[in-house]
Amino acid sequence: MRGQDIPMPNQTALLPNTGRFRTLLQRSETTRGFALLSPTLLIMTVGILIPIGILVAMSFWTQVGFGFDTTMTTKNYQLAMDRPIYGALLRRSLWMSGMATIATVILSYPMAYFVAFHIHRNKMMWIVLITLPFWTSYLLRVFAWKVVLGYQGVINSALMALGLIDAPLEFLLYSQSAVVITLAHAWAAFAILPMYVSLEKIDKSLLEAATDLGDGPVARFLRITLPLSLPGVISACLLIFIPTTGDYITPTLLGGPDGAMIGNLIQKQFGAVNNWPMGATLSIILILSIGAISLSFMAFANFVRKRIS
Amino acid sequence: MSGHSYIKRPNRPLQIYAALFLVVLYVPVLFLPLFSFNTSIYVKFPLTGFTFQWYIELMDREPVWAALMNSLRVGVTTSLISTGFGIFAAKAITRYRLPGKGPLVGFIMLPLVVPGIIFGVALLILISRMGIPLSLYTVTIGHVIVCLPFAIATMIPRFEGFDPSIEEASADLGENAWWTFWRITFPMVFPGILASLLLTFTVSFDEFIMAFFLSGTDPTLPMYIWSQLRFPKEFPSILALASIILVVSFAMVFLGQWINRDAQATDSKSE
Repeated sequence: MRGQDIPMPNQTALLPNTGRFRTLLQRSETTRGFALLSPTLLIMTVGILIPIGILVAMSFWTQVGFGFDTTMTTKNYQLAMDRPIYGALLRRSLWMSGMATIATVILSYPMAYFVAFHIHRNKMMWIVLITLPFWTSYLLRVFAWKVVLGYQGVINSALMALGLIDAPLEFLLYSQSAVVITLAHAWAAFAILPMYVSLEKIDKSLLEAATDLGDGPVARFLRITLPLSLPGVISACLLIFIPTTGDYITPTLLGGPDGAMIGNLIQKQFGAVNNWPMGATLSIILILSIGAISLSFMAFANFVRKRIS
Repeated sequence: MSGHSYIKRPNRPLQIYAALFLVVLYVPVLFLPLFSFNTSIYVKFPLTGFTFQWYIELMDREPVWAALMNSLRVGVTTSLISTGFGIFAAKAITRYRLPGKGPLVGFIMLPLVVPGIIFGVALLILISRMGIPLSLYTVTIGHVIVCLPFAIATMIPRFEGFDPSIEEASADLGENAWWTFWRITFPMVFPGILASLLLTFTVSFDEFIMAFFLSGTDPTLPMYIWSQLRFPKEFPSILALASIILVVSFAMVFLGQWINRDAQATDSKSE
Protein backbone atom coordinates (compact mmCIF):
# COMPACT_ATOMS: atom_id res chain seq x y z
CA MET A 1 0.00 0.00 0.00
CA ARG A 2 1.25 3.45 -0.75
CA GLY A 3 2.01 6.14 1.80
CA GLN A 4 4.20 3.85 3.90
CA ASP A 5 6.75 6.65 4.03
CA ILE A 6 4.60 9.07 6.02
CA PRO A 7 6.32 9.25 9.42
CA MET A 8 3.65 8.61 11.97
CA PRO A 9 4.92 9.45 15.48
CA ASN A 10 6.68 12.74 14.83
CA GLN A 11 3.96 14.15 12.66
CA THR A 12 3.76 17.37 14.66
CA ALA A 13 7.34 18.12 13.72
CA LEU A 14 6.30 18.27 10.11
CA LEU A 15 3.36 20.52 10.67
CA PRO A 16 5.04 23.90 10.23
CA ASN A 17 6.23 22.94 6.75
CA THR A 18 3.13 21.23 5.53
CA GLY A 19 0.64 23.25 7.53
CA ARG A 20 -0.85 25.23 4.72
CA PHE A 21 -1.15 22.22 2.46
CA ARG A 22 -2.70 20.21 5.28
CA THR A 23 -5.28 22.90 6.05
CA LEU A 24 -6.18 23.10 2.41
CA LEU A 25 -6.59 19.35 2.30
CA GLN A 26 -8.79 19.27 5.37
CA ARG A 27 -10.84 22.31 4.50
CA SER A 28 -11.96 21.48 1.05
CA GLU A 29 -13.92 18.29 0.68
CA THR A 30 -13.63 18.52 -3.08
CA THR A 31 -9.85 18.73 -3.00
CA ARG A 32 -9.66 15.72 -0.70
CA GLY A 33 -12.02 13.78 -2.90
CA PHE A 34 -10.01 14.55 -5.99
CA ALA A 35 -6.77 13.76 -4.16
CA LEU A 36 -8.12 10.28 -3.43
CA LEU A 37 -9.30 9.88 -7.00
CA SER A 38 -6.10 11.25 -8.52
CA PRO A 39 -4.08 8.01 -8.87
CA THR A 40 -6.97 6.42 -10.74
CA LEU A 41 -7.58 9.49 -12.87
CA LEU A 42 -3.87 9.71 -13.64
CA ILE A 43 -3.60 6.13 -14.84
CA MET A 44 -6.84 6.40 -16.80
CA THR A 45 -5.60 9.59 -18.45
CA VAL A 46 -2.24 8.05 -19.34
CA GLY A 47 -3.81 4.74 -20.31
CA ILE A 48 -6.93 5.87 -22.16
CA LEU A 49 -7.15 9.57 -22.91
CA ILE A 50 -3.63 10.12 -24.25
CA PRO A 51 -3.55 6.86 -26.25
CA ILE A 52 -6.94 7.65 -27.82
CA GLY A 53 -5.63 11.11 -28.68
CA ILE A 54 -2.62 9.62 -30.43
CA LEU A 55 -4.88 7.07 -32.10
CA VAL A 56 -6.93 9.92 -33.56
CA ALA A 57 -3.76 11.71 -34.70
CA MET A 58 -2.33 8.57 -36.24
CA SER A 59 -5.51 7.94 -38.22
CA PHE A 60 -4.49 11.00 -40.29
CA TRP A 61 -0.93 9.76 -40.89
CA THR A 62 0.43 7.49 -43.61
CA GLN A 63 2.57 4.40 -43.39
CA VAL A 64 5.92 4.70 -45.16
CA GLY A 65 7.85 1.45 -45.01
CA PHE A 66 8.44 0.85 -41.33
CA GLY A 67 7.95 4.50 -40.38
CA PHE A 68 5.18 7.03 -40.58
CA ASP A 69 4.64 10.17 -42.58
CA THR A 70 3.11 12.45 -39.98
CA THR A 71 1.66 14.96 -42.42
CA MET A 72 -2.03 15.20 -41.72
CA THR A 73 -4.14 13.75 -44.51
CA THR A 74 -7.59 12.23 -44.78
CA LYS A 75 -6.34 9.68 -47.29
CA ASN A 76 -7.00 6.75 -44.95
CA TYR A 77 -10.59 7.79 -44.48
CA GLN A 78 -10.99 8.22 -48.24
CA LEU A 79 -9.58 4.75 -48.75
CA ALA A 80 -11.83 3.26 -46.10
CA MET A 81 -14.84 4.77 -47.86
CA ASP A 82 -13.74 3.69 -51.32
CA ARG A 83 -12.79 0.09 -50.67
CA PRO A 84 -16.05 -1.84 -50.41
CA ILE A 85 -14.47 -4.57 -48.25
CA TYR A 86 -14.06 -2.20 -45.28
CA GLY A 87 -17.65 -1.02 -45.34
CA ALA A 88 -18.89 -4.56 -45.85
CA LEU A 89 -16.91 -5.86 -42.87
CA LEU A 90 -18.10 -3.01 -40.69
CA ARG A 91 -21.73 -3.56 -41.63
CA ARG A 92 -21.35 -7.29 -41.07
CA SER A 93 -19.80 -6.69 -37.61
CA LEU A 94 -22.60 -4.38 -36.60
CA TRP A 95 -25.16 -6.84 -37.94
CA MET A 96 -23.64 -9.85 -36.15
CA SER A 97 -23.26 -7.94 -32.88
CA GLY A 98 -26.84 -6.75 -33.23
CA MET A 99 -28.01 -10.34 -33.69
CA ALA A 100 -25.95 -11.53 -30.72
CA THR A 101 -27.34 -8.65 -28.63
CA ILE A 102 -30.96 -9.40 -29.46
CA ALA A 103 -30.47 -13.12 -28.86
CA THR A 104 -28.71 -12.57 -25.53
CA VAL A 105 -31.22 -10.08 -24.21
CA ILE A 106 -34.27 -12.15 -25.18
CA LEU A 107 -32.79 -15.36 -23.79
CA SER A 108 -31.48 -13.74 -20.62
CA TYR A 109 -34.60 -11.76 -19.70
CA PRO A 110 -36.57 -14.74 -18.38
CA MET A 111 -33.55 -15.74 -16.30
CA ALA A 112 -33.23 -12.25 -14.80
CA TYR A 113 -36.99 -12.28 -14.19
CA PHE A 114 -36.77 -15.66 -12.53
CA VAL A 115 -34.04 -14.60 -10.11
CA ALA A 116 -35.72 -11.27 -9.35
CA PHE A 117 -39.25 -12.61 -8.71
CA HIS A 118 -39.05 -16.31 -7.98
CA ILE A 119 -35.91 -16.73 -5.94
CA HIS A 120 -36.42 -15.68 -2.36
CA ARG A 121 -33.58 -17.34 -0.52
CA ASN A 122 -29.95 -17.43 -1.66
CA LYS A 123 -30.50 -14.79 -4.33
CA MET A 124 -26.82 -13.91 -4.15
CA MET A 125 -25.90 -17.53 -4.75
CA TRP A 126 -27.84 -17.45 -8.03
CA ILE A 127 -26.27 -14.20 -9.14
CA VAL A 128 -22.81 -15.58 -8.41
CA LEU A 129 -23.65 -18.79 -10.26
CA ILE A 130 -24.83 -16.88 -13.34
CA THR A 131 -21.93 -14.44 -13.43
CA LEU A 132 -19.20 -16.93 -12.54
CA PRO A 133 -18.36 -17.99 -16.12
CA PHE A 134 -18.20 -14.36 -17.17
CA TRP A 135 -15.16 -13.76 -14.98
CA THR A 136 -13.18 -16.64 -16.42
CA SER A 137 -11.05 -16.51 -19.50
CA TYR A 138 -12.84 -15.25 -22.58
CA LEU A 139 -10.31 -17.03 -24.75
CA LEU A 140 -11.05 -20.36 -23.08
CA ARG A 141 -14.80 -19.93 -23.37
CA VAL A 142 -14.45 -19.26 -27.10
CA PHE A 143 -12.06 -22.19 -27.33
CA ALA A 144 -14.72 -24.36 -25.64
CA TRP A 145 -17.18 -23.47 -28.40
CA LYS A 146 -14.62 -24.47 -30.99
CA VAL A 147 -14.48 -27.84 -29.29
CA VAL A 148 -18.28 -28.06 -29.26
CA LEU A 149 -18.97 -26.86 -32.81
CA GLY A 150 -15.82 -28.21 -34.51
CA TYR A 151 -15.78 -30.32 -37.68
CA GLN A 152 -15.07 -33.33 -35.50
CA GLY A 153 -16.33 -31.57 -32.42
CA VAL A 154 -18.78 -32.54 -29.72
CA ILE A 155 -21.99 -32.02 -31.67
CA ASN A 156 -20.83 -33.55 -34.94
CA SER A 157 -19.12 -36.56 -33.42
CA ALA A 158 -21.98 -37.18 -31.00
CA LEU A 159 -24.55 -37.05 -33.80
CA MET A 160 -22.39 -39.36 -35.92
CA ALA A 161 -21.80 -41.78 -33.05
CA LEU A 162 -25.55 -41.90 -32.55
CA GLY A 163 -25.98 -42.59 -36.24
CA LEU A 164 -28.14 -39.54 -36.84
CA ILE A 165 -25.89 -38.08 -39.53
CA ASP A 166 -23.36 -39.69 -41.88
CA ALA A 167 -21.02 -36.75 -42.44
CA PRO A 168 -20.16 -33.85 -40.12
CA LEU A 169 -22.38 -30.79 -40.43
CA GLU A 170 -20.06 -28.25 -41.95
CA PHE A 171 -22.09 -25.15 -41.24
CA LEU A 172 -21.55 -25.44 -37.49
CA LEU A 173 -18.01 -24.09 -37.40
CA TYR A 174 -16.61 -21.20 -39.44
CA SER A 175 -19.88 -19.41 -39.97
CA GLN A 176 -21.60 -16.28 -38.80
CA SER A 177 -24.03 -18.26 -36.70
CA ALA A 178 -21.14 -19.89 -34.83
CA VAL A 179 -19.82 -16.42 -33.98
CA VAL A 180 -23.25 -15.14 -32.95
CA ILE A 181 -23.90 -18.18 -30.71
CA THR A 182 -20.52 -17.83 -29.05
CA LEU A 183 -20.89 -14.09 -28.48
CA ALA A 184 -24.36 -14.53 -27.03
CA HIS A 185 -23.13 -17.23 -24.69
CA ALA A 186 -20.05 -15.30 -23.62
CA TRP A 187 -21.93 -12.10 -22.74
CA ALA A 188 -25.05 -13.57 -21.13
CA ALA A 189 -23.98 -12.62 -17.61
CA PHE A 190 -23.40 -9.05 -18.67
CA ALA A 191 -26.97 -8.91 -19.95
CA ILE A 192 -28.57 -10.45 -16.90
CA LEU A 193 -27.14 -8.10 -14.28
CA PRO A 194 -28.68 -4.78 -15.41
CA MET A 195 -32.01 -6.44 -16.21
CA TYR A 196 -32.02 -8.14 -12.82
CA VAL A 197 -31.34 -4.85 -11.05
CA SER A 198 -34.22 -3.15 -12.93
CA LEU A 199 -36.64 -5.99 -12.21
CA GLU A 200 -35.59 -6.21 -8.58
CA LYS A 201 -36.35 -2.51 -8.08
CA ILE A 202 -39.96 -2.81 -9.23
CA ASP A 203 -42.33 -2.05 -6.39
CA LYS A 204 -44.28 -5.25 -5.82
CA SER A 205 -47.33 -3.31 -4.67
CA LEU A 206 -47.79 -2.08 -8.24
CA LEU A 207 -48.24 -5.69 -9.30
CA GLU A 208 -50.74 -6.24 -6.50
CA ALA A 209 -52.62 -3.12 -7.55
CA ALA A 210 -52.77 -4.33 -11.15
CA THR A 211 -54.11 -7.69 -10.01
CA ASP A 212 -56.69 -6.08 -7.72
CA LEU A 213 -57.84 -3.96 -10.64
CA GLY A 214 -58.41 -7.06 -12.70
CA ASP A 215 -55.29 -7.57 -14.81
CA GLY A 216 -54.30 -11.12 -15.60
CA PRO A 217 -50.69 -12.29 -15.51
CA VAL A 218 -49.99 -11.39 -19.14
CA ALA A 219 -51.54 -7.92 -18.96
CA ARG A 220 -49.75 -7.35 -15.66
CA PHE A 221 -46.43 -8.26 -17.22
CA LEU A 222 -46.95 -6.13 -20.33
CA ARG A 223 -48.31 -3.11 -18.50
CA ILE A 224 -46.17 -3.05 -15.34
CA THR A 225 -43.15 -5.34 -15.35
CA LEU A 226 -41.92 -4.93 -18.90
CA PRO A 227 -42.13 -1.11 -19.11
CA LEU A 228 -40.51 -0.71 -15.70
CA SER A 229 -37.67 -3.06 -16.59
CA LEU A 230 -36.95 -1.33 -19.90
CA PRO A 231 -34.04 0.74 -18.53
CA GLY A 232 -32.31 -2.53 -17.62
CA VAL A 233 -33.05 -3.98 -21.04
CA ILE A 234 -31.66 -0.87 -22.73
CA SER A 235 -28.43 -0.93 -20.74
CA ALA A 236 -28.11 -4.67 -21.34
CA CYS A 237 -28.39 -4.05 -25.10
CA LEU A 238 -25.67 -1.42 -25.01
CA LEU A 239 -23.44 -3.44 -22.67
CA ILE A 240 -23.41 -6.30 -25.14
CA PHE A 241 -23.55 -4.50 -28.45
CA ILE A 242 -20.67 -2.11 -27.80
CA PRO A 243 -17.95 -4.56 -26.74
CA THR A 244 -18.92 -7.37 -29.13
CA THR A 245 -18.67 -5.18 -32.24
CA GLY A 246 -14.91 -4.94 -31.84
CA ASP A 247 -14.32 -8.57 -30.96
CA TYR A 248 -11.75 -10.43 -33.00
CA ILE A 249 -11.02 -13.55 -30.95
CA THR A 250 -14.35 -15.22 -31.65
CA PRO A 251 -14.35 -14.52 -35.40
CA THR A 252 -10.72 -15.67 -35.64
CA LEU A 253 -11.36 -18.97 -33.90
CA LEU A 254 -14.90 -19.68 -35.11
CA GLY A 255 -15.79 -17.32 -37.93
CA GLY A 256 -13.82 -18.50 -40.91
CA PRO A 257 -13.82 -16.26 -43.98
CA ASP A 258 -17.58 -15.66 -43.82
CA GLY A 259 -17.56 -14.75 -40.17
CA ALA A 260 -14.66 -12.27 -40.15
CA MET A 261 -15.40 -8.98 -38.43
CA ILE A 262 -13.93 -5.48 -38.43
CA GLY A 263 -11.83 -6.40 -35.38
CA ASN A 264 -9.93 -8.93 -37.46
CA LEU A 265 -9.16 -6.28 -40.04
CA ILE A 266 -7.94 -3.82 -37.40
CA GLN A 267 -5.79 -6.47 -35.77
CA LYS A 268 -4.24 -7.37 -39.15
CA GLN A 269 -3.26 -3.73 -39.77
CA PHE A 270 -1.19 -3.88 -36.59
CA GLY A 271 0.18 -7.31 -37.44
CA ALA A 272 0.70 -8.89 -40.83
CA VAL A 273 -0.38 -5.94 -43.00
CA ASN A 274 1.66 -3.50 -40.90
CA ASN A 275 -0.28 -0.37 -41.75
CA TRP A 276 -0.81 1.19 -38.33
CA PRO A 277 -2.38 4.45 -39.55
CA MET A 278 -5.00 2.47 -41.48
CA GLY A 279 -5.64 0.40 -38.35
CA ALA A 280 -6.05 3.62 -36.37
CA THR A 281 -8.47 4.97 -38.98
CA LEU A 282 -10.54 1.79 -38.88
CA SER A 283 -10.59 1.93 -35.05
CA ILE A 284 -11.88 5.50 -35.15
CA ILE A 285 -14.51 4.58 -37.73
CA LEU A 286 -15.54 1.66 -35.50
CA ILE A 287 -15.83 3.91 -32.42
CA LEU A 288 -17.85 6.49 -34.35
CA SER A 289 -20.23 3.88 -35.80
CA ILE A 290 -20.77 2.28 -32.39
CA GLY A 291 -21.34 5.71 -30.89
CA ALA A 292 -23.82 6.75 -33.58
CA ILE A 293 -25.79 3.52 -33.35
CA SER A 294 -25.82 3.52 -29.53
CA LEU A 295 -27.03 7.12 -29.40
CA SER A 296 -29.80 6.58 -31.93
CA PHE A 297 -30.78 3.40 -30.12
CA MET A 298 -30.95 5.26 -26.82
CA ALA A 299 -33.01 8.06 -28.37
CA PHE A 300 -35.38 5.52 -29.91
CA ALA A 301 -35.64 3.53 -26.67
CA ASN A 302 -36.43 6.65 -24.67
CA PHE A 303 -39.07 7.61 -27.19
CA VAL A 304 -40.68 4.17 -26.87
CA ARG A 305 -40.49 4.32 -23.09
CA LYS A 306 -42.25 7.67 -22.99
CA ARG A 307 -44.96 6.40 -25.28
CA ILE A 308 -45.83 3.31 -23.27
CA SER A 309 -45.49 4.68 -19.75
CA MET B 1 -43.11 -8.22 2.04
CA SER B 2 -46.75 -9.16 2.46
CA GLY B 3 -46.57 -12.67 1.07
CA HIS B 4 -48.98 -12.49 -1.80
CA SER B 5 -49.32 -15.95 -3.18
CA TYR B 6 -49.60 -15.16 -6.87
CA ILE B 7 -46.10 -13.69 -7.00
CA LYS B 8 -44.60 -16.37 -4.81
CA ARG B 9 -46.37 -19.16 -6.63
CA PRO B 10 -43.69 -21.29 -8.32
CA ASN B 11 -43.74 -20.99 -12.06
CA ARG B 12 -42.86 -24.43 -13.39
CA PRO B 13 -41.95 -23.52 -17.00
CA LEU B 14 -39.78 -20.67 -15.77
CA GLN B 15 -37.98 -23.00 -13.35
CA ILE B 16 -37.26 -25.44 -16.15
CA TYR B 17 -36.05 -22.58 -18.34
CA ALA B 18 -33.72 -21.36 -15.59
CA ALA B 19 -32.28 -24.83 -15.10
CA LEU B 20 -31.74 -25.21 -18.85
CA PHE B 21 -30.13 -21.77 -18.97
CA LEU B 22 -27.58 -22.76 -16.35
CA VAL B 23 -26.89 -26.04 -18.15
CA VAL B 24 -26.25 -24.24 -21.44
CA LEU B 25 -24.12 -21.66 -19.61
CA TYR B 26 -21.84 -24.26 -18.07
CA VAL B 27 -21.84 -27.31 -20.34
CA PRO B 28 -19.75 -25.98 -23.26
CA VAL B 29 -17.02 -25.02 -20.82
CA LEU B 30 -17.17 -28.41 -19.12
CA PHE B 31 -16.24 -30.18 -22.35
CA LEU B 32 -12.70 -28.87 -21.92
CA PRO B 33 -11.99 -30.87 -18.74
CA LEU B 34 -13.97 -33.83 -20.11
CA PHE B 35 -11.76 -34.22 -23.17
CA SER B 36 -8.59 -33.38 -21.27
CA PHE B 37 -8.91 -36.80 -19.60
CA ASN B 38 -9.55 -38.59 -22.88
CA THR B 39 -6.79 -40.81 -24.32
CA SER B 40 -7.39 -39.83 -27.96
CA ILE B 41 -5.63 -36.78 -29.34
CA TYR B 42 -8.80 -36.05 -31.33
CA VAL B 43 -11.49 -34.10 -29.58
CA LYS B 44 -14.49 -36.21 -30.51
CA PHE B 45 -17.00 -38.75 -29.30
CA PRO B 46 -17.00 -41.58 -28.45
CA LEU B 47 -14.50 -41.16 -25.62
CA THR B 48 -11.66 -43.64 -25.87
CA GLY B 49 -10.41 -43.96 -22.32
CA PHE B 50 -9.37 -42.17 -19.16
CA THR B 51 -5.85 -40.81 -18.73
CA PHE B 52 -3.77 -38.30 -16.80
CA GLN B 53 -1.18 -38.41 -19.59
CA TRP B 54 -1.83 -34.87 -20.89
CA TYR B 55 -1.50 -33.37 -17.45
CA ILE B 56 1.75 -35.22 -16.82
CA GLU B 57 3.07 -34.09 -20.19
CA LEU B 58 2.20 -30.53 -19.28
CA MET B 59 4.38 -30.67 -16.16
CA ASP B 60 7.47 -31.39 -18.25
CA ARG B 61 7.10 -28.36 -20.46
CA GLU B 62 9.45 -25.54 -19.75
CA PRO B 63 7.48 -22.85 -21.72
CA VAL B 64 4.30 -23.59 -19.77
CA TRP B 65 6.07 -22.94 -16.49
CA ALA B 66 7.67 -19.79 -17.85
CA ALA B 67 4.30 -18.52 -19.09
CA LEU B 68 2.72 -19.40 -15.75
CA MET B 69 5.35 -17.40 -13.88
CA ASN B 70 4.83 -14.45 -16.25
CA SER B 71 1.08 -14.55 -15.72
CA LEU B 72 1.49 -14.80 -11.95
CA ARG B 73 3.84 -11.83 -11.86
CA VAL B 74 1.58 -9.70 -14.03
CA GLY B 75 -1.53 -10.86 -12.14
CA VAL B 76 -0.19 -10.16 -8.65
CA THR B 77 1.19 -6.74 -9.62
CA THR B 78 -2.00 -5.81 -11.43
CA SER B 79 -4.26 -6.85 -8.57
CA LEU B 80 -2.16 -4.97 -5.99
CA ILE B 81 -2.03 -1.76 -8.04
CA SER B 82 -5.64 -1.75 -9.18
CA THR B 83 -7.00 -2.67 -5.74
CA GLY B 84 -4.74 -0.09 -4.06
CA PHE B 85 -5.87 2.69 -6.38
CA GLY B 86 -9.40 1.31 -6.29
CA ILE B 87 -9.73 1.70 -2.51
CA PHE B 88 -9.07 5.42 -2.71
CA ALA B 89 -11.21 5.88 -5.81
CA ALA B 90 -14.13 3.98 -4.28
CA LYS B 91 -13.86 6.08 -1.12
CA ALA B 92 -13.74 9.30 -3.13
CA ILE B 93 -16.74 8.27 -5.21
CA THR B 94 -18.92 7.22 -2.28
CA ARG B 95 -17.85 9.70 0.40
CA TYR B 96 -17.25 13.03 -1.32
CA ARG B 97 -19.39 15.44 -3.24
CA LEU B 98 -17.35 16.06 -6.36
CA PRO B 99 -18.26 18.32 -9.25
CA GLY B 100 -18.61 16.30 -12.45
CA LYS B 101 -18.59 13.00 -10.58
CA GLY B 102 -21.03 11.29 -12.95
CA PRO B 103 -18.98 11.82 -16.13
CA LEU B 104 -15.75 11.03 -14.25
CA VAL B 105 -17.06 7.70 -13.00
CA GLY B 106 -18.33 6.99 -16.50
CA PHE B 107 -14.88 7.69 -17.86
CA ILE B 108 -13.21 5.40 -15.30
CA MET B 109 -15.67 2.60 -16.11
CA LEU B 110 -15.10 2.88 -19.89
CA PRO B 111 -12.79 -0.17 -20.14
CA LEU B 112 -15.70 -2.36 -19.03
CA VAL B 113 -17.60 -1.53 -22.20
CA VAL B 114 -15.35 -0.22 -24.97
CA PRO B 115 -14.01 -3.05 -27.16
CA GLY B 116 -10.66 -4.22 -25.81
CA ILE B 117 -9.06 -3.96 -29.24
CA ILE B 118 -9.46 -0.14 -29.21
CA PHE B 119 -7.59 0.33 -25.94
CA GLY B 120 -5.14 -2.37 -26.94
CA VAL B 121 -4.07 -0.70 -30.18
CA ALA B 122 -4.23 2.80 -28.69
CA LEU B 123 -1.88 1.83 -25.86
CA LEU B 124 0.35 -0.02 -28.31
CA ILE B 125 0.70 3.14 -30.39
CA LEU B 126 1.47 5.29 -27.33
CA ILE B 127 4.03 2.84 -26.00
CA SER B 128 5.79 2.39 -29.31
CA ARG B 129 5.83 6.15 -29.99
CA MET B 130 7.47 6.64 -26.61
CA GLY B 131 10.08 4.08 -27.62
CA ILE B 132 9.30 1.76 -24.71
CA PRO B 133 9.96 -1.90 -25.63
CA LEU B 134 7.03 -4.28 -25.19
CA SER B 135 7.42 -6.43 -22.10
CA LEU B 136 5.52 -7.78 -19.14
CA TYR B 137 5.52 -4.24 -17.75
CA THR B 138 3.51 -2.93 -20.70
CA VAL B 139 1.11 -5.86 -20.31
CA THR B 140 0.72 -4.91 -16.64
CA ILE B 141 -0.17 -1.32 -17.57
CA GLY B 142 -2.85 -2.61 -19.92
CA HIS B 143 -4.17 -4.97 -17.27
CA VAL B 144 -4.35 -2.27 -14.61
CA ILE B 145 -6.55 -0.24 -16.96
CA VAL B 146 -8.80 -3.23 -17.56
CA CYS B 147 -8.93 -4.21 -13.88
CA LEU B 148 -9.38 -0.82 -12.18
CA PRO B 149 -13.10 -0.55 -13.03
CA PHE B 150 -13.66 -4.04 -11.64
CA ALA B 151 -11.78 -3.17 -8.45
CA ILE B 152 -13.74 0.06 -7.95
CA ALA B 153 -17.09 -1.55 -8.75
CA THR B 154 -16.34 -4.32 -6.25
CA MET B 155 -15.47 -1.93 -3.43
CA ILE B 156 -18.11 0.79 -3.91
CA PRO B 157 -20.88 -1.32 -2.32
CA ARG B 158 -18.58 -1.90 0.67
CA PHE B 159 -18.17 1.81 1.26
CA GLU B 160 -21.87 2.39 0.71
CA GLY B 161 -22.65 -0.37 3.17
CA PHE B 162 -21.15 1.23 6.24
CA ASP B 163 -22.13 4.34 8.10
CA PRO B 164 -19.79 7.32 7.51
CA SER B 165 -20.59 8.55 11.02
CA ILE B 166 -18.31 5.81 12.39
CA GLU B 167 -15.44 7.47 10.57
CA GLU B 168 -16.55 10.85 11.83
CA ALA B 169 -16.73 9.54 15.39
CA SER B 170 -13.15 8.34 15.08
CA ALA B 171 -12.09 11.76 13.85
CA ASP B 172 -13.99 13.45 16.68
CA LEU B 173 -12.23 11.22 19.17
CA GLY B 174 -8.92 12.56 17.95
CA GLU B 175 -7.66 10.09 15.36
CA ASN B 176 -6.09 11.65 12.30
CA ALA B 177 -7.17 10.68 8.81
CA TRP B 178 -4.39 8.14 8.41
CA TRP B 179 -5.21 6.19 11.58
CA THR B 180 -8.94 6.52 10.99
CA PHE B 181 -8.35 4.83 7.67
CA TRP B 182 -6.31 1.97 9.16
CA ARG B 183 -8.40 1.42 12.27
CA ILE B 184 -11.92 2.05 10.96
CA THR B 185 -12.22 2.16 7.20
CA PHE B 186 -9.76 -0.59 6.33
CA PRO B 187 -11.26 -3.27 8.62
CA MET B 188 -14.78 -2.34 7.51
CA VAL B 189 -14.04 -2.61 3.80
CA PHE B 190 -11.54 -5.46 4.18
CA PRO B 191 -13.80 -8.13 2.61
CA GLY B 192 -14.22 -5.83 -0.39
CA ILE B 193 -10.45 -5.42 -0.67
CA LEU B 194 -9.91 -9.16 -0.50
CA ALA B 195 -12.63 -9.76 -3.08
CA SER B 196 -11.12 -7.10 -5.33
CA LEU B 197 -7.65 -8.65 -5.05
CA LEU B 198 -9.01 -12.07 -6.03
CA LEU B 199 -11.22 -10.80 -8.85
CA THR B 200 -8.66 -8.48 -10.43
CA PHE B 201 -6.02 -11.19 -10.21
CA THR B 202 -8.32 -13.57 -12.06
CA VAL B 203 -9.25 -11.01 -14.68
CA SER B 204 -5.58 -10.24 -15.31
CA PHE B 205 -4.60 -13.91 -15.24
CA ASP B 206 -7.22 -14.72 -17.89
CA GLU B 207 -6.93 -11.51 -19.93
CA PHE B 208 -5.99 -11.97 -23.55
CA ILE B 209 -6.58 -8.90 -25.72
CA MET B 210 -4.27 -6.45 -23.94
CA ALA B 211 -1.65 -9.19 -23.62
CA PHE B 212 -2.04 -9.89 -27.34
CA PHE B 213 -1.13 -6.34 -28.32
CA LEU B 214 1.22 -5.39 -25.51
CA SER B 215 3.39 -8.41 -24.73
CA GLY B 216 6.91 -8.70 -25.99
CA THR B 217 8.84 -11.95 -26.12
CA ASP B 218 7.56 -13.26 -22.76
CA PRO B 219 4.09 -14.72 -23.23
CA THR B 220 1.43 -14.84 -20.53
CA LEU B 221 -0.46 -18.09 -20.16
CA PRO B 222 -3.39 -17.12 -22.44
CA MET B 223 -0.86 -15.95 -25.06
CA TYR B 224 0.90 -19.29 -24.80
CA ILE B 225 -2.39 -21.11 -25.31
CA TRP B 226 -3.16 -18.92 -28.33
CA SER B 227 0.21 -19.72 -29.88
CA GLN B 228 -0.38 -23.47 -29.45
CA LEU B 229 -3.95 -23.52 -30.81
CA ARG B 230 -2.81 -23.94 -34.40
CA PHE B 231 -0.99 -27.21 -33.69
CA PRO B 232 -3.59 -30.00 -33.64
CA LYS B 233 -1.25 -32.38 -31.87
CA GLU B 234 -0.96 -29.97 -28.94
CA PHE B 235 -4.72 -29.94 -28.50
CA PRO B 236 -5.00 -32.40 -25.59
CA SER B 237 -2.34 -30.71 -23.49
CA ILE B 238 -3.93 -27.32 -24.19
CA LEU B 239 -7.21 -28.81 -23.01
CA ALA B 240 -5.47 -29.93 -19.83
CA LEU B 241 -3.93 -26.50 -19.30
CA ALA B 242 -7.25 -24.78 -20.03
CA SER B 243 -8.99 -27.04 -17.52
CA ILE B 244 -6.53 -26.18 -14.78
CA ILE B 245 -6.91 -22.46 -15.50
CA LEU B 246 -10.71 -22.75 -15.52
CA VAL B 247 -10.83 -24.60 -12.20
CA VAL B 248 -8.47 -22.13 -10.52
CA SER B 249 -10.35 -19.11 -11.97
CA PHE B 250 -13.75 -20.46 -10.93
CA ALA B 251 -12.49 -21.14 -7.44
CA MET B 252 -10.94 -17.69 -7.05
CA VAL B 253 -13.93 -15.78 -8.41
CA PHE B 254 -16.32 -17.85 -6.32
CA LEU B 255 -14.24 -17.19 -3.22
CA GLY B 256 -14.08 -13.47 -4.03
CA GLN B 257 -17.83 -13.18 -4.55
CA TRP B 258 -18.48 -15.24 -1.44
CA ILE B 259 -16.30 -13.06 0.77
CA ASN B 260 -18.05 -9.97 -0.55
CA ARG B 261 -21.58 -11.42 -0.63
CA ASP B 262 -23.11 -9.37 2.19
CA ALA B 263 -21.94 -6.10 0.59
CA GLN B 264 -23.73 -7.01 -2.61
CA ALA B 265 -26.81 -8.12 -0.68
CA THR B 266 -27.06 -4.82 1.19
CA ASP B 267 -26.39 -3.01 -2.03
CA SER B 268 -29.20 -4.62 -3.97
CA LYS B 269 -31.55 -4.01 -1.05
CA SER B 270 -30.74 -0.33 -0.87
CA GLU B 271 -31.39 0.15 -4.56
